[in-house]
Amino acid sequence: MMIAIMRRAIAVTINGKRHSNEVEPRLLLIHYLRDVLGLTGPHIGCETSICGACTVLVNGKAIKSCTMFAVQANGADVLTIEGLASDGNLHPIQNAFWEEHGAQCGYCTPGMIMASKQLLDRNASPTEEEIRHGLEGNLCRCTGYQHIVNAVKSAAAKMGA
Amino acid sequence: MASVITEQEKLIGKGIKRKEDPRLITGTATYVDDMQLPGMHHACIVRSPYAAANIKSIDIKAALETPGVVAVYTGAAVKDVGPVPCGASLPGLRVPHHHILAQDRVYFVGHPVAVVVATDRYIARDGADLVEVDYDVLPAVADPEKALADGAPAVHPQWPDNVAFNFHQENGEVEKVFAEAEVVVKQRITSQRLIPSSMETRAVLAEYRSGEKALTIYSSSQIPHLLRTLVAGMLGVPEHKLRVVVPEVGGGFGSKLNVYAEEALMGWIAMKTGKPVKWIESRRENFLTTIHGRGHVDYYEIAAKKDGTITGIRLKLIQDLGAYHQLLTPAIPTLSVLMMPGLYRCQTICADIVGVFTNCVPTDAYRGAGRPEATHGIERMVDMLAAELKMDAAELRLKNFIQPGEFPFASATGLTYDSGDYAKPLKKALDIVNYMGLREQQRKARAEGRWMGIGMSTYGEICAFGPSPATPAGGWESASVRIEPSGKITVHTGVSPHGQGEETTFSQIVADELGVDFNDVVVLHGDTAIVQYGIGTFGSRGTAVGGTALYFALQELKAKIKRFGAMLLDTDSVVYEEGRCACRKTGNSVSLAEIAGASYRAMKLPPGTEPGMMATYFWEPPNFTFPFGAHIVVTEVDKETGVVTIQRYVAVDDCGKILNPLIVAGQVHGGVAQGIGQSLYEHGIYDDNGQLLTGEFMDYAIPKITMMPWIESEHTETPSPVNPLGVKGVGEAGTIGCSPAVVNSVVDALSPLGVRHLDMPLSPEKIWKVLQGGQA
Repeated sequence: MMIAIMRRAIAVTINGKRHSNEVEPRLLLIHYLRDVLGLTGPHIGCETSICGACTVLVNGKAIKSCTMFAVQANGADVLTIEGLASDGNLHPIQNAFWEEHGAQCGYCTPGMIMASKQLLDRNASPTEEEIRHGLEGNLCRCTGYQHIVNAVKSAAAKMGA
Repeated sequence: MASVITEQEKLIGKGIKRKEDPRLITGTATYVDDMQLPGMHHACIVRSPYAAANIKSIDIKAALETPGVVAVYTGAAVKDVGPVPCGASLPGLRVPHHHILAQDRVYFVGHPVAVVVATDRYIARDGADLVEVDYDVLPAVADPEKALADGAPAVHPQWPDNVAFNFHQENGEVEKVFAEAEVVVKQRITSQRLIPSSMETRAVLAEYRSGEKALTIYSSSQIPHLLRTLVAGMLGVPEHKLRVVVPEVGGGFGSKLNVYAEEALMGWIAMKTGKPVKWIESRRENFLTTIHGRGHVDYYEIAAKKDGTITGIRLKLIQDLGAYHQLLTPAIPTLSVLMMPGLYRCQTICADIVGVFTNCVPTDAYRGAGRPEATHGIERMVDMLAAELKMDAAELRLKNFIQPGEFPFASATGLTYDSGDYAKPLKKALDIVNYMGLREQQRKARAEGRWMGIGMSTYGEICAFGPSPATPAGGWESASVRIEPSGKITVHTGVSPHGQGEETTFSQIVADELGVDFNDVVVLHGDTAIVQYGIGTFGSRGTAVGGTALYFALQELKAKIKRFGAMLLDTDSVVYEEGRCACRKTGNSVSLAEIAGASYRAMKLPPGTEPGMMATYFWEPPNFTFPFGAHIVVTEVDKETGVVTIQRYVAVDDCGKILNPLIVAGQVHGGVAQGIGQSLYEHGIYDDNGQLLTGEFMDYAIPKITMMPWIESEHTETPSPVNPLGVKGVGEAGTIGCSPAVVNSVVDALSPLGVRHLDMPLSPEKIWKVLQGGQA
């Protein structure tokens, strides 16, 4: 019944650091990050790529890491929430989520912040409608999203200043 | 970046950013699934695909042979573990024995049948796929009204009528009032099943230390201490040998105000195998097996005079309980009855609840828990009455409100409303939207053939649960405050915040009361090994009850600080201000850190005073609190598609004194989002065979960011006399106030078509059918 699973060697740059591991082909990127590397900032909320709690940037693009295999990230450059602050300084988006009360239980927050980063990387001064469109793939059950919209607006203003 | 508060000024009332957030925004918070213990196993649960079936056999051989599978357990192994507890008691309540794994029969889709324990989470799932269960499928019933019909399948064979309980409450001369009423309006109103959908599913990790015979259960819960007491009982573990730790919790909304089979099951497995074991609920399991909310079919009658005076309210409430009672399942509809009269003076009420078993997952407390259903009912009925009498909906409400001079007010259902000025938020909301102007706009819109609606709700709620006699397990709350020798402050609170921000609001209270730096306070919670017994976070009680316990602990501590201060200053009388004890006569003063240090060093003690600087207070509230407010919603219905667009959402909430407006706004927004979810999008649907058709986020539509309108949130502040902070609670207000305002608005929009009532959710399909001239 059990098929012997051949492990594959992968090398992934995560938050600027290169990691080499042998993984099962079926291992999801989110489990590679969380269980193998201990990067537990990205969360699992649905396992069906709807909620976005697992969002990380793969080669600069927001990806739901619950529906990507770790082997598919071989050779990629991955940024997780843990890599967003630099030299102990919070990223302006992180700061804006703090200032504007963009997080309540915090479970969706890492994914929401990473999706916001992609949004602002692509559009430095989005309108409210563009913010909502850009974060449509990330669910939050606590905030009603209003403070998240405020946070992204505020971050855009600070980053543009 | 705004500086974290350091200046010595009053912090209560300020929108201070939360001290919880640095760990949340950097991805360094610790939720249950973030923890790994040495030698930890993973569990995966095999669940019934049928709503009703006899289990003929279970073959675990193939699963056990899977490399990495450590053990497989079925119902037989755990038959002696105590049942999943129901904490609610009602006269004559039928309570089915709720085993942690099914014995010879399953009662709902998702019912746990077996559990596979493996070295890896993937292998655990592989093993679960290989467990072969042979079922003899039985007829099921998933609709509470169908379950009451003659000949319906019996959910529990020993109770063929499917009735778990009947509950009756009345006040006043009901028959006479209805017989003599000038107007009676009747309507069947449903509050559909909702799926709470916290973003973090349930999660349990258990560890047993055999040398100490000590079990630790980490769980994503709202009630660490109650969980400990109840799971200790289920497992036969002495309570002091069970530690429950609730780390970061990714939302609860009532769904984690419970004790679940899996919490005891993981504890049992950890003891059986001697290895730590983790179970993380999948989203599909969350939809199938974590409690649902609402599930009402309500038959309302409202009696009134022609001038609009409401004279009587009658309700037959059919509660879909599901297959079992979870912790509070049967108690939830009784809260609806308590809230029945809303904000209105009416003293004649009659309510009959029938609690019905169905082959579905149990319903229980979900944000608002009984009160949204009641508010939806009364606020829909008041609108229908206004339509019947051709009165303005706001005018009818103002006419029937309890007046400010009437508090404390004895309600028809036996409550004592603490304080209120119900016209105030309504008038404020009417002003904000320019109500008369809006009605004019509506006339123009209708002339242009557009369906624009204006709807309102004026809600009240029962919060700050609650006086202990009114609760199943105690309604008090505890706090301890410890000033360390250096003057830093550690608070232990019995509440268990999971997004509500009490680490921040409680630090504000401490900073103001003791005149210390906000950053010198740490608030700890959720670990039964370090925090004194507490009740937990639910029912908008965290700040109103837990914060008040903290307030009183601080008063005790201040008295002790002053005794030490007086001793150190060698005087009889000192004042305590801005973190220092001072003698007015000499002008000498001593800092809190010096006082704390002296209290521990204890070279000398004030007469009759113990060393150390700590106070613990268990506060029993004398009453609930009763927040209130008014929401006004402007909608437009698309004539082609039936899509409802919310054009304006104005919420004026009175939650008593506001400690942190930023946090209060967040609570209102989130509450409204869940109300809009119920009004327009969400519906937990079972088919006739008891299959959940809405088993994923793909089918069950919680609001996305593009589905939410901008919420204009305002407040009035009527302090509660129940506690010295004057707070009432705000966690559930948005949800309770929302759904009737949205539905009233859409019904108003469609009223020219003769529409008088619509049941939630107001999906485009439902509205489209109405627009085509059919029935909703």
